[in-house]
Amino acid sequence: MLKGGRVVDPAAGRDGEFDVLVEGDRIARIGKSLPADGAEVIEIKPGWIVAPGLIDIHVHLREPGQEHKETIATGAASAVAGGFTAVACMPNTDPVNDHPGITELILRRAATAGLARVYPIGAVSIGSKGEQMAELGAQKAAGCVAFTDDGRPVASALLMRRALEYAGMLGVPIVDHCEDPSLKGDGVAHEGFVASRLGLRGIPGVAESIMVERDIALAELTGGPYHVCHMSARQSLRAVAAAKARGVTNVTCEVAPHHFVLTDEALESPIRYDTNVKMNPPLREAADRDAMLQGLADGTVDVIATDHAPHHADEKLVEFDRAPFGIVGLETCVPLVFDRLVHAGRIGVRRAIELLSPNPARVFRLPGGTLAEGAAADVTVIAPDAPVTIRAAALRSKSKNTPFDGWQLRGGVAATIVGGRIVYRNEAL
Amino acid sequence: MPQVMDADRMARALTRIAHEILERNRGTSDLALVGIRTRGVPLARRIAHSLKDINQGDVPTGALDITLYRDDLMRHAVGPQPLVRRTEIPFSIDDKRILLVDDVLYTGRTIRSALDALIDFGRPRSIQLIVLVDRGHRELPIKADYVGKNLPTSPKQSVQVRLQEIDGEDEVLLQGDAA
Amino acid sequence: MLKSRHLLGIADLEPEEIGLVLDTAEAMKEIAARPIKKVPTLRGRTVVNLFFEPSTRTRTSFEVAEKRLSADTLSIAIAQSSVTKGETLLDTVRNLEAMAPDMIVIRHASAGAPHLLARLCRSVIINAGDGMHEHPTQALLDAFTIREHKKRLDGLKVAIVGDLLHSRVLRSNVHLLNRMGADVWTCAPATLMPPDLARFGVRPTTSIDEAVDGADVVMMLRIQHERMHGHFIPSTREYFALFGLTPERVRRAKADVIIMHPGPMNRGVEIDSEVADGPYSVILEQVANGVAVRMAVLYLLAGQEGEAD
Repeated sequence: MLKGGRVVDPAAGRDGEFDVLVEGDRIARIGKSLPADGAEVIEIKPGWIVAPGLIDIHVHLREPGQEHKETIATGAASAVAGGFTAVACMPNTDPVNDHPGITELILRRAATAGLARVYPIGAVSIGSKGEQMAELGAQKAAGCVAFTDDGRPVASALLMRRALEYAGMLGVPIVDHCEDPSLKGDGVAHEGFVASRLGLRGIPGVAESIMVERDIALAELTGGPYHVCHMSARQSLRAVAAAKARGVTNVTCEVAPHHFVLTDEALESPIRYDTNVKMNPPLREAADRDAMLQGLADGTVDVIATDHAPHHADEKLVEFDRAPFGIVGLETCVPLVFDRLVHAGRIGVRRAIELLSPNPARVFRLPGGTLAEGAAADVTVIAPDAPVTIRAAALRSKSKNTPFDGWQLRGGVAATIVGGRIVYRNEAL
Repeated sequence: MPQVMDADRMARALTRIAHEILERNRGTSDLALVGIRTRGVPLARRIAHSLKDINQGDVPTGALDITLYRDDLMRHAVGPQPLVRRTEIPFSIDDKRILLVDDVLYTGRTIRSALDALIDFGRPRSIQLIVLVDRGHRELPIKADYVGKNLPTSPKQSVQVRLQEIDGEDEVLLQGDAA
Repeated sequence: MLKSRHLLGIADLEPEEIGLVLDTAEAMKEIAARPIKKVPTLRGRTVVNLFFEPSTRTRTSFEVAEKRLSADTLSIAIAQSSVTKGETLLDTVRNLEAMAPDMIVIRHASAGAPHLLARLCRSVIINAGDGMHEHPTQALLDAFTIREHKKRLDGLKVAIVGDLLHSRVLRSNVHLLNRMGADVWTCAPATLMPPDLARFGVRPTTSIDEAVDGADVVMMLRIQHERMHGHFIPSTREYFALFGLTPERVRRAKADVIIMHPGPMNRGVEIDSEVADGPYSVILEQVANGVAVRMAVLYLLAGQEGEAD
């Protein structure tokens, strides 16, 4: 029994001091001053938050095929250390997850690891090549919760339309990595003054927003559920906001922490050409970051998802052009959300939890996102004022490619409980 | 700081040296003056002027920067690289009798560098050395042929030559204690 | 004195440091006029020229500069396409360092490659061109050439015309000329202008006539034939018609204008042969000055020194 914590459960409309009784892998009762009745009582420290298990719907677990960067086991360990009881993993593995055999492999490995729940996202097209639709029906049956060709956009408008119709029929959302390939070209950084100064080829914000606008039009046309992943440009946010304002209900979007914390200035300072700030979509200018902050506050943004993209140190220790895109994010998310959003006064605790648990569950139609009696006991305990220093070397992920090494933040994960089992406990707190 | 030579004494020393040059070399034919930067250069010009006054012959004069030939470059990190200035020797030194001019002769290493530099410019018939002050403590077998003043010093002391053209007045100063 | 151990870009240099390099280069230039074009200054030092991009001009210029300072020089040309992976840059340099070079001169197709090496390797790094970012010794020799003719840099109207977007020579020159107080005008087709060009402190224009009007210095940059792919320009013919430096356009500049080009030139594309070979052109002087400027840089960075006697 978790006694005395501040239970913040936006979906249940709950925010206050409650005890949570767990029996087996289920939540038995939530109430005030519950009797212990032989249960193991865990005293939650004052001020700590008891939330429905956090869910990250955008992570790259790299297995099968790129196990030198991360495995499902190490990724799941990283997830629970970051407070996530569930993650949805992207299909750009090697081979691409376009077949139930691979979905089943992922689920098996996740079960063996026995830490965070893993929900596979299947590819929209075979090999994510954008030519032939994958067997979405079989993939759904095997356990896929969404479809994307992430890493790449679904470049063909026709394929996107068909995918939205077909997956919509299955009740499964299509997620798009929005990017016009010709405008992106061989760009490696956000097109702007910083990239210009550093001599780096730029990717303009409209490369993303053009695709967002196209996809929204197709989503309106087909009615299929559609989700913009890793949104970064203010023009994209404008398009989503406008769609929602005119009553479109099947469009959702997510933002990753690095896009609301950092700007392209990170390319020059503290380290010039630091490959640990190279990702796609790139860090953009202050106006874009500020737009993301605004969208998180006013409800335009539905979800915070990390786009956890592990890469081996050898791969990142090269010249900027050559380095692969991406940074890890599972274990830096909660401190960044609390320090840069909640403590900075931009959003409240309730909204923060909403963005990290019930909303992702809703977008991907996943179980969880709320602490209901009878539901699975997936709980995240957060210490919102705890001082946290990010140490790359101490991350549970196999890869350490983060730009936040050494950052001192306020807000950390105290414990993560999946199916009634404590799978992570922060010894320092 | 004790002044060991004033403007007057310096002028007389230089004039005396000019006479000595003419005496030993029997005139100014084939003579050329090369002043070592920085203060050797105005001294060389003054000597050229004296020679012309006495003897009416024009002695070509050049300026030599020896920074790039120093043997102590890049040996220990003390501070910035010494500034390099232009060398200007607008005549051939082949078969000439070169009069090398410097303000102070001390360890002799500057002169060694200057000899290396001159050899790269050509093959003079001979090289003689003129210094305003010889303060002793040679570390190499170098000897001055013409000396303005012999000044015994200790290694702890420093000799400062100030010239009108560069420092605004003529004097030689000796700084520090003998012990 | 030069504050940094390396020469990675003009953006890192203060005006005094730029002045120091130019003054030192003047002294170095005289060595080229001697019968024996050599001084013993860098004797016993090893300098490696590591060129990942083909270059005859810059590489030989560095080689001559190093040899004139009596350094031991080793030039390595590495053909690397983005397709073939092979040894990483870091591994290549670390293997070289096992042989203890003192300085590494590097030209690479990726912006930031010299910065990576400066961070993680032991040698002194000199940037001979990193992708589209900077080419500091080119800007220094350009400034030296301008100063020789005009006796100053501040207040001059300098027009830089050509493919600005992809040019490291542009970025280095803009940093340097701005720092030294020149009035820099930049001209290119709109498709070949870097984003936020005005924020570099220059006057951007798409009219070569406006750029060249009353200019003291006109610097032409190369336009590569490849730019026709990627939709930057329709053809070199049209480029020459709109942006080429012709004798008529030169007449709009000041009577004592100097015409510069970092080379290699595409005659008839960015510059008319008559102008390139004409009386205002100082293009060949730039090449000669390149050796003196590079000697100055090598000398100043070889840093460690003794006390003046």
